[in-house]
Amino acid sequence: MVQEGGAAEGLSLPRFAPSTRKMGRWGDHLFRLLIRASALALLLIVSGMVVVMAMAAFPSIKAFGWRFLFTSTWDPVAQHFGALPLVYGTIVSSLLALLIAVPLGIGAAVFLSELAPPWIRPPISFLIELLAAIPSVVYGLWGIFVLAPWLRTQVQPALGSALGFLPLFQGPPYGVGMLAAGLILAIMVVPFIIAVSREVLLAVPDTQREAALALGATRWETTRLAVLRYARSGLIGAVLLGLGRALGETMAVTMVIGNRAEISASLFAPGYTMASLIANEFTEATSNLYLSALVEVGLLLFGVTVIVNALARLLVWSVGGAVKEVRE
Amino acid sequence: MKGVQGLYKRLGVIVAVLVLAVGHAGGSVSAQMLMNGAGATFPYPIYSKWFDEYTKVDPSVRFNYQSIGSGGGIRQIMERTVDFGASDGPMTDEQLKQAPAELIHIPTVLGADVATYNLPGNPKLRFTPDLLADIFLGKITKWNDPRIAEVNPGVALPNQPIIVVHRSDGSGTTYIWVDYLSKVSKEWEQKVGRGTSVNWPVGLGGKGNEGVSGQVKSTPGAIGYVELAYAIKNNLPAPMVRNQAGKFVQPSIQSTTAAAAGAAKNMPSDFRVSLTNPPGDDAYPIASFTWLLVYKNQSDQAKGQALVKFLRWAIHDGQKYTSDLLYAPLPSQVVSQIEAKLKQITYQGKPLLAAQ
Amino acid sequence: MRAGFRRGVNTVMESLTAFAALLVVLPLILILGFLVYQGASAVNLDFFTQLPKPVGEPGGGMANAIVGTLTLIGLASCLGLPLGILGGIYLAESRDRRLPWMVRFLADVLNGVPSIVIGIFAYTIVVLPMRRFSALAGGFALAVIMLPIVLRTTEELVRLVPASLREAALALGIPEWKVILRVVLPTARAGIITGVMVSVARIAGETAPLLFTAFGNRFWHQGLLQPIAALPLQIFAYAIAPYDDWHRQAWAGALVLIMMIFLSSLVARIVTRGRYSGLR
Repeated sequence: MVQEGGAAEGLSLPRFAPSTRKMGRWGDHLFRLLIRASALALLLIVSGMVVVMAMAAFPSIKAFGWRFLFTSTWDPVAQHFGALPLVYGTIVSSLLALLIAVPLGIGAAVFLSELAPPWIRPPISFLIELLAAIPSVVYGLWGIFVLAPWLRTQVQPALGSALGFLPLFQGPPYGVGMLAAGLILAIMVVPFIIAVSREVLLAVPDTQREAALALGATRWETTRLAVLRYARSGLIGAVLLGLGRALGETMAVTMVIGNRAEISASLFAPGYTMASLIANEFTEATSNLYLSALVEVGLLLFGVTVIVNALARLLVWSVGGAVKEVRE
Repeated sequence: MKGVQGLYKRLGVIVAVLVLAVGHAGGSVSAQMLMNGAGATFPYPIYSKWFDEYTKVDPSVRFNYQSIGSGGGIRQIMERTVDFGASDGPMTDEQLKQAPAELIHIPTVLGADVATYNLPGNPKLRFTPDLLADIFLGKITKWNDPRIAEVNPGVALPNQPIIVVHRSDGSGTTYIWVDYLSKVSKEWEQKVGRGTSVNWPVGLGGKGNEGVSGQVKSTPGAIGYVELAYAIKNNLPAPMVRNQAGKFVQPSIQSTTAAAAGAAKNMPSDFRVSLTNPPGDDAYPIASFTWLLVYKNQSDQAKGQALVKFLRWAIHDGQKYTSDLLYAPLPSQVVSQIEAKLKQITYQGKPLLAAQ
Repeated sequence: MRAGFRRGVNTVMESLTAFAALLVVLPLILILGFLVYQGASAVNLDFFTQLPKPVGEPGGGMANAIVGTLTLIGLASCLGLPLGILGGIYLAESRDRRLPWMVRFLADVLNGVPSIVIGIFAYTIVVLPMRRFSALAGGFALAVIMLPIVLRTTEELVRLVPASLREAALALGIPEWKVILRVVLPTARAGIITGVMVSVARIAGETAPLLFTAFGNRFWHQGLLQPIAALPLQIFAYAIAPYDDWHRQAWAGALVLIMMIFLSSLVARIVTRGRYSGLR
């Protein structure tokens, strides 16, 4: 094996094969600089994003302080801006989406990686990848013309008459609203949960499965005892990644959520998420404070998604990391 | 090595194709100047017709207009990211002060806000001012409310909830509507007020006149406010509203023109005037001018000239397209006042129109 | 425990999970089916060759939006690909202590940032200083979205190139930078192209960041410093409008957009299948 006693920084170049020609050495330096500059560009972009947005949001932060997060009026006439209805809408629509997507997603992932006969895996995986590739605006289009009318004419009246005593299902059947948003988000988030869960499940070493099978477990029992328990944190990570995706989703939600900044107990009511508020009002915030408040909402969204995604990745890596130890 | 050269060659071909695509699209129309505008959705149908027709009059310039709402028009012209803005809510004194330079309002056409609705069987309804205010305040929640029945004797009203639809974006159409409601309802004036974007007590939000009419069209039981053209073109009803003189008036070109009659005589020099709830038997109570927002001192001579030439065409020749699209033309006194104003638009101190 | 009971549980769980998989695939079939049904009847030659007509008049097409999307993808690639590939090489090759870790972390962070936030960023640093909406601003926003994907894919694949290949080249006296450009990159080429195609598929459908950067244009754009139409923007505008003809065109646009995306994914797969087998 070649000894790597080269310089502490720079490429892993073995010491005894330096570029003898001057041109080569000069080229190396230039190249090294170039690639380091590209990496720094990424750093610059991300930090620039935070700085620029913080600066733009500053007037609003100064004017409202912490109250911004807890006030529920979004009133551009009186210049009172509170983000609570938006935070509420974002959380409720995302949670609703997860409620539907997590059991379906993890179930499907388990099916695809553990329980399915081998011939069925490629076509279904392919179909799920196609689902992930459909852009948000196309989901929104389908949502407006297929999902919302179906909800308005079939589902919401049925739910309203059967379960109308619950505040969750009260109110006129708009079609669009929180329920539509949650459903569409669920459809959009499911492929991600499946993809990451499958990776996590595949990372579980076969030794675990073989041990369970050797003890006479059925396929399901193997999955439950050997695989799922092992991969638990990774699966939670997959769910969090799905949450991260749902929190930031803009177009499809804007098209079916009803665009109303209000907190309501009913799933039938219209709502608003942070992302769709920005999409609707950004180009026309007529006062500087208004624009600043919108950027502050953007900053909030940025912060929340970063935290959720960071947590998710930690959890997913933890399964992968444990695997490395077992193998070596 | 063959593989390497192949890779770079392939990349080069892809880049070349893309550059050609860009260049072709740019090159074939390089002789044309592009003017960018943004704003109100209220006059979008007639503006897009104008811009289409004007390229035949003057092929050297093209107008690209994005209907993002009056609030957007005001914002973007203040930021100077567009060459002209459009709004049917006049800018407030504060907004004008915040603008980097003096902005002028140029009225272009007259239009009307109608309370369009979607009910099974499409009954013909009419409304009074307090009905409209209370529906939008959320105090009247069902279609078969006795107060609605009182104003509409003999009409079969369904036992359905009223689904209010308003604008989710900053809108001049909204401004016209809430300006009217503020005048006819003290409660509205105190609780909600005027603006291009307000804190609505109830309802769904739709984006643009397009979004609201789309929403009303697809939601039985819905009621929303849209510009007359949007209602008619989409086979949505445009109901009568009772005006200040106590008469129920149908929104139309004639009643809109009647609404402007009084204002035309006393037009302020900056053209910022509200036409809602006017006196007069034949006047429709919820009408308004719509304005194009331009800077008094243009920063680009070629663009400034193209702009004033277009504006002059719009207030004269452009007016003949209004009736087809259900907008009312500008009253003649106003047109001569606008002409005088156009002559005040300058580039580096020199009026742009005097050269004609 | 009785074996029969356990086997029963096994069957039930297998069916439940199979059912879950089926339910997941169901919306896809519904959406795609509806899309093809509506879109195919709406697509005609006009759609590909004509500009939008004035409001309310039926007919016209989305020719400028299709070209606009391709232009924006090209622009984004010009900005994002070099940065991404070079950055990926850095992450794979460098022996710096802390910078690679930070870059990797931030790339993952950037990947998860909602595209509308990236739109705000692009508006503030490109549109406002330039005082205009432009294709450039849109391309910039899309480049920022595509950057982390290309970065991470390149890093992974450059790592996979066997050390023996590198050492052989170095032993011949070739300078490092030439080794990377002429030996390592071409070997990893297939995978990198996959990464590129994946990111292209992603940005082709992005609407939110374009709302306040590219802005939209009803005509052909003139150069890259003017607003530009894009397929997803046009679909959005038409979808929320009340005109039936616009709805029809929105479906057609959605079909064309999906075809473009699927095509690039397909290309990625084909490229990978051929040359990739040597590496994994």
